[in-house]
Amino acid sequence: MNETAAKKNIKLARTLLLVAVAMFGFGYALVPLYDVLCEWKWIERDRPDAIKKAPELAYKVDLNREVTIEFITTLNESTPMEFHAEKKQLKVHPGEYYTVNFYAENKTNKVMIARAIPSFSPAVTSRYFEKIECFCFSEQTFNAKEAKTMPMRFVVNPELPEQYKTITLSYTFFDNTENQ
Amino acid sequence: MSAVVAEHDEHHADDHHGPAKGLLRWIITTNHKDIGTLYLLFALAMFFVGGSMAMVIRAELFEPGLQFVDPAFFNSMTTMHALVMVFGAVMPAFVGLANWQIPLMIGAADMALPRMNNMSFWMLVAGVLLLASTLFMEGGAPNGGWTLYPPLVLQPITVGKALPFAVFSVHLLGISSIMGAINIIATIFNMRAPAMKLMDMPLFVWTWLITAFLLIAVMPVFAGAVTMLLTDKFFHTSFFNAAGGGDPVLYEHIFWFFGHPEVYIMILPTFGVASTIIPVFARKPLFGYASMVWATGAIAFLSFIVWAHHMFTVGMPLAGELYFMYATMLIAVPTGVKVFNWTATMWKGAMSFETPMLFCIAFVVLFTMGGFTGLMMAIAPVDFQYHDTYFIVAHFHYTLVPASIFILMAAGYFWLPKWTGHMYNEKIGQLHFWLSAISVNILFFPQHFLGLAGMPRRIPDYAVQFADWNMISSIGGFIFGASQLLFLYIVIDTIKGGTGEKVTDEVWEDASKHSLEWTLPSPVPYHTWTTPPAMVPTEHVLDTH
Ligand code: HEM
Ligand SMILES: [Cu+2]
Repeated sequence: MNETAAKKNIKLARTLLLVAVAMFGFGYALVPLYDVLCEWKWIERDRPDAIKKAPELAYKVDLNREVTIEFITTLNESTPMEFHAEKKQLKVHPGEYYTVNFYAENKTNKVMIARAIPSFSPAVTSRYFEKIECFCFSEQTFNAKEAKTMPMRFVVNPELPEQYKTITLSYTFFDNTENQ
Repeated sequence: MSAVVAEHDEHHADDHHGPAKGLLRWIITTNHKDIGTLYLLFALAMFFVGGSMAMVIRAELFEPGLQFVDPAFFNSMTTMHALVMVFGAVMPAFVGLANWQIPLMIGAADMALPRMNNMSFWMLVAGVLLLASTLFMEGGAPNGGWTLYPPLVLQPITVGKALPFAVFSVHLLGISSIMGAINIIATIFNMRAPAMKLMDMPLFVWTWLITAFLLIAVMPVFAGAVTMLLTDKFFHTSFFNAAGGGDPVLYEHIFWFFGHPEVYIMILPTFGVASTIIPVFARKPLFGYASMVWATGAIAFLSFIVWAHHMFTVGMPLAGELYFMYATMLIAVPTGVKVFNWTATMWKGAMSFETPMLFCIAFVVLFTMGGFTGLMMAIAPVDFQYHDTYFIVAHFHYTLVPASIFILMAAGYFWLPKWTGHMYNEKIGQLHFWLSAISVNILFFPQHFLGLAGMPRRIPDYAVQFADWNMISSIGGFIFGASQLLFLYIVIDTIKGGTGEKVTDEVWEDASKHSLEWTLPSPVPYHTWTTPPAMVPTEHVLDTH
């Protein structure tokens, strides 16, 4: 190989290496891009405002319609807790306010900071499910062996499209103590 | 040695007098043929390592119930089998072929960046060893599947201490393949004989050029995804951790943005080798050379925009399901063009059926079946049934074993005589072919039925109604596994002298009309094309009369 050929090769290799580095960055750029796509509803996911407080508005209660809300409670990995909802399901009228109690208990002898993350199925229903009060709005601190009864107050927005007759709301408790 | 060798090469003082003596030769070599040999032998060894893992899987699934291994180890086996086969066997084998063949086929003296070439091989070895070391760690090797999905892979119970090692191993393998890809692109662009235009290049060279771009585009994305896993696990980031506002589905998108092009990284060079071998034994030029090149480009482009067909069931909006469904089906068009062209190349050809050609014909037939099951799964609503069952296991094994692996075998039979100067034993070769071709179907065809009947993938035990087909599949698996020892024998035997029959420079009748390497002496001297060839044969102007 002569000088110029070697130079040409190295130049091309540098350019290609730059492309590779850029693609590494692109992988990370997919993270914010994903949020944007979710916002544009290109990707359906539980909306971030599913864990935000909604104002308590007066809706016209639709007594002719009934929607079944199912509650599922899960613990992530080995989160050492007891966690369940006071009822497995509830029939609600859109527009009417309800309160459901959730029970959680720290099984350990240490302070635990845990976080409940909601998830809706079907995912689109998350934007019609408005929470006025929820233990999922912030992290929950549990003292050793502490048990808590935590209310969740919500309303199903009457604009919920007709075809949705059942909404499954699942909460998963994550032990976040180590991430403090 | 021939006169070509004597010519002086100013830049690589370390290799212009033939190979260094002893073992050191293999460690410090920058010669493309040595490095190609290293890659190929390493890949062959990994093929047997990954294959042994598959034998463990099939032994456990021979009967319902837990027989030989515990479930966590079983899951390690499926995970490691896939990782070793993809990153340790198939990809390195094609890089090995590229190292040997691309310079010979384009009339270049060596690869463009010989030292980087050496480095990328040894980095591959380091990466695979690091991965293999996890087998001996507390908690065992990764067992959450080769896709390394969170949250599964982040949970202590599924990953033990192995995760950081698996992640660093992916980094090393990624860097190694990116360096390999850069080298291949630089070689093809800058080192071609002046007489060779881009559209004169053999299809093997074309498909590798396009594959190399795919590698550079997606390997870094995979490296990024596993880095995010690592920081989620150890540095409290929350890319995929729902508790911190992350989303595990995001990982699936990033992974498959890499993962789908990755499957084409394994198949495009396969297409290239098939397109190189079939014309020689059909004694005709390749049908539709230009359309082959364009089809390869089209497949590569489409491979970037179909990834979510791996995630139809995660809950995409209807528009997304439809888009990914139709985009995926579109891939069947350029793929169909290729199958048509191979068939048309054989049509009315004066065909002969030596071992490499037999493997190629089996490839055309069986790969097409894998493509068809792919099309079935591309239909979003029915994929809800097929997803994560043995049907998909059957699909991708049809596209990988009787396709990529068969074509690698074909390449071995086709070029070994050229590389070594010795003829392989045709009788044993044919036996190897027939045993492989029959047993691969006994192994994988029943898996279609199992999947349709609902048997999930990645389970060590199953309901009794799946017992019969599993047993048949396992028997096929054992025969297939054992048959590959014949290939090992043939490779060693050929290197040592083979049949003793002296091969001509051309090896195969009129091969030199198809591609440059056959105009060189057999065995190929240590240094070749120190002066580029003045004339190059090309497929599309080859005279058929
Ligand atoms: C016509 C071409 C093809 C189509 C339409 C197609 C379609 C698909 C679809 C829809 C899936 C997802 C199935 C599911 O998870 O439910 C899939 C999985 C897969 N395909 Fe293909 N495919 C094609 C060709 C190939 C080729 C050429 C290869 C490899 C060489 C390949 C390798 C794979 C692999 C490895 C998986 C499974 C990945 C995993 O989940 O572990 N496919 N294919
Ligand atoms: Cu795919």
